[in-house]
Amino acid sequence: MATQTPEIEILNQSTPTEPRHPWLEVLHGWVTTVDHKKIGLMYIGYALLFLVIAGVEALLMRVQLAIPNNTFVSPQVFNRLFTMHGTTMVFFVGMPILFGFGNYLIPLMIGARDMAFPRLNAFSFWISAFGGLLLYFSFLGGDGLYGAGNAPDVGWFAYAPLTSRVFSPGHSTDYWTLAVLLSGVGSVGTALNIIATAICMRCPGMKMSRLPLLVWLYIVTSGLALIIVSPLTAAQIMLMLDRYAGAHFFDTQAGGSAVLWMHFFWIFGHPEVYVLVLPAFAFANEIIPVFSRKAIFGYPAMVAASVGIGFISLSVWAHHMFTVGLGAGANTFFTLATMVIAVPTGIKIFNWLATLWGGRIHFTVAMMFAVGFLFQFLIAGLTGIMLSVSPLDWQLSGSYFVVAHFHYVLVGAILFMIFSAFYYWYPKMSGRMLSEKIGKWHFWLFLIGFHLTFDFMHVPGILGMPRRVYTYEADRGWMIWNVIVSSGAIFQTIGTLLFVYNMIRAYFKGPIAGADPWDAWTLEWATSSPPPDYNFETIPTIRSRRPLWDLKHPEDPDSNYEF
Amino acid sequence: MSEAVFISDVPVEPWVLPSRGVVGMACLICAEAAIFIIFVVAYIYYIGKSISGPTPHDVLELPVLTTICLLSSSFTVHLAVVNLERSKRALCSLWLAGTVLLGAIFLAGTAMEWNDLIYRHGLTIRTNLFGTTFYSLVGLHASHVVIGLLMLSLALIFSLNGSMTHMHAAKLNVLSLYWHFVDAVWVVVFLVVYVLGR
Ligand SMILES: [Cu+2]
Repeated sequence: MATQTPEIEILNQSTPTEPRHPWLEVLHGWVTTVDHKKIGLMYIGYALLFLVIAGVEALLMRVQLAIPNNTFVSPQVFNRLFTMHGTTMVFFVGMPILFGFGNYLIPLMIGARDMAFPRLNAFSFWISAFGGLLLYFSFLGGDGLYGAGNAPDVGWFAYAPLTSRVFSPGHSTDYWTLAVLLSGVGSVGTALNIIATAICMRCPGMKMSRLPLLVWLYIVTSGLALIIVSPLTAAQIMLMLDRYAGAHFFDTQAGGSAVLWMHFFWIFGHPEVYVLVLPAFAFANEIIPVFSRKAIFGYPAMVAASVGIGFISLSVWAHHMFTVGLGAGANTFFTLATMVIAVPTGIKIFNWLATLWGGRIHFTVAMMFAVGFLFQFLIAGLTGIMLSVSPLDWQLSGSYFVVAHFHYVLVGAILFMIFSAFYYWYPKMSGRMLSEKIGKWHFWLFLIGFHLTFDFMHVPGILGMPRRVYTYEADRGWMIWNVIVSSGAIFQTIGTLLFVYNMIRAYFKGPIAGADPWDAWTLEWATSSPPPDYNFETIPTIRSRRPLWDLKHPEDPDSNYEF
Repeated sequence: MSEAVFISDVPVEPWVLPSRGVVGMACLICAEAAIFIIFVVAYIYYIGKSISGPTPHDVLELPVLTTICLLSSSFTVHLAVVNLERSKRALCSLWLAGTVLLGAIFLAGTAMEWNDLIYRHGLTIRTNLFGTTFYSLVGLHASHVVIGLLMLSLALIFSLNGSMTHMHAAKLNVLSLYWHFVDAVWVVVFLVVYVLGR
């Protein structure tokens, strides 16, 4: 592919071709590996598996809601579907896929040979994977002796007192608690590992001010994860004590408080959105400059804005609880705090626009998804500001407007950027190029499907359709909107299937990528695709934020322009 | 060409990075601190909200002796690290043994307190909100003491059989950071449970 400068060839003398091994040996190699690239790929593969499962759950819900008074699934099953869909997507798709990319990319980008704690890395992956397994084992084991129904059905934020033994007999809620707890342990382990790696494993010359922005944003997101996943873990321990040991944390009969659970959950729940979206920003920070053929605009502002988002996001959680009746003081505080977050976010959007401005934009599939992300993230932010106004929130809370808003963030922004990251880094991970043609079909189908589903989902919300209802009456005027929303799901499904097909096809038949197919600037492109076990034969020494630019343009290196 | 950029032939300032053990432990301490904060908040929130007895005022006594033991174990573990750095392995073993002993006294004190509460005052985790929050907060801390003691005992064994040398001082230092954290948490727990809540 594109320009493979002879200098890079020197760095990658290693040949990636290896003799074939029997499958048992290969399996053993993957299960016992502590290599950051293999663990990263396992994270990604496991997340994709759960993405498909949780996607099917979403599809089943959309079939049920497409027409009024539908009986496709029972109310009980519908409750399980939305609980499993939410829990899976957040804890077993979002977190692992982002940690997977982080695991794979961070050591490569900072010129290291592995993470700071490789064995902790493997432990974190397997404990999270076990959590996902437990969650889905509930379909078999959740009944308990009570015949109380299998999978968890308490909603992804599992409000008390619904989760108490009285209202949720059987073991389904226990599986939910354990799964979330284990995923939390894995997340804390990986977050710790990412921070230690990014700070302590940098190659010579990689000052903090030269870290690729992706690495910087992963530091922020991991720091945030450390602080916010633990409160959830604490709350899960309390819930377990309530359920197993007869404690009274959330037992209103004994003077306990159900609202306390809401606080503890949302202290985790709101910043969690930022834990998920900051890696998406991180991808955008790498991909948008490369395909604009310009260095990122406002590197220090980008770092500062990310740290700012991290801090502010810790003080906004109760905007999920306006309808509880917190009092005028708290409502005002959380409304204002939530609005303030628009400032650093706006800085980021302007920085990306300024990076695009005057650039020679290459509309590869990765770039198309990134542009989609920019546009959709803006709209998601705007509906977020609407919802931050507590009086408006009293009207819209618990309606499909909220569902549409956060799916705009999770799908329109995060998932789009994850797709973008796949098109950008798949060549590095597999050594093969994805088909741009199939990719464009994927993009357009997914874009159309996304907008059909989530643009029109705002409307029934404004018309008063509550979330989590398993069906609705025909005379409410919601049917036409639900038909449109459900039809969008078809486009998204086809798009996703094309994406999966594209990856499988490229693995066997895709054109060989070479070390640096995008003519990019960060260190992961300095080694072969896929990189050898040890990443770099010689640990590189760098002199600017774009070491490969310096290498390709020795007459005009970036280091001349550093301040 | 590549040599010019990647393998610097001009000697630059030495490239020193922070210790990953210390950074990792600092991260772990942040995460653990967040867990404790939630339990402490729950404790404070439920002070005086129990709808039946016994109350903290009736049954809790200030654990002065065990608190002194635990806090002074911070000094002993520090002395162990310092001595290991100076290759004084016998002294290191001595101070480590002292740390383990002090920690064990603290745990024994907690065990006796709990025994008293359960069998004399009939307070269990199911009794009321005080029991719920008290046993979970103090128990969470005690479980951290147990983990710390296990690690310190391992270090003591390694120190006694001679496999821990001054090369491992940095690792023992990381462990001592954890132990200092456990002690610091106890100060908070002590103030909240035995001073504020009583
Ligand atoms: Cu929020």
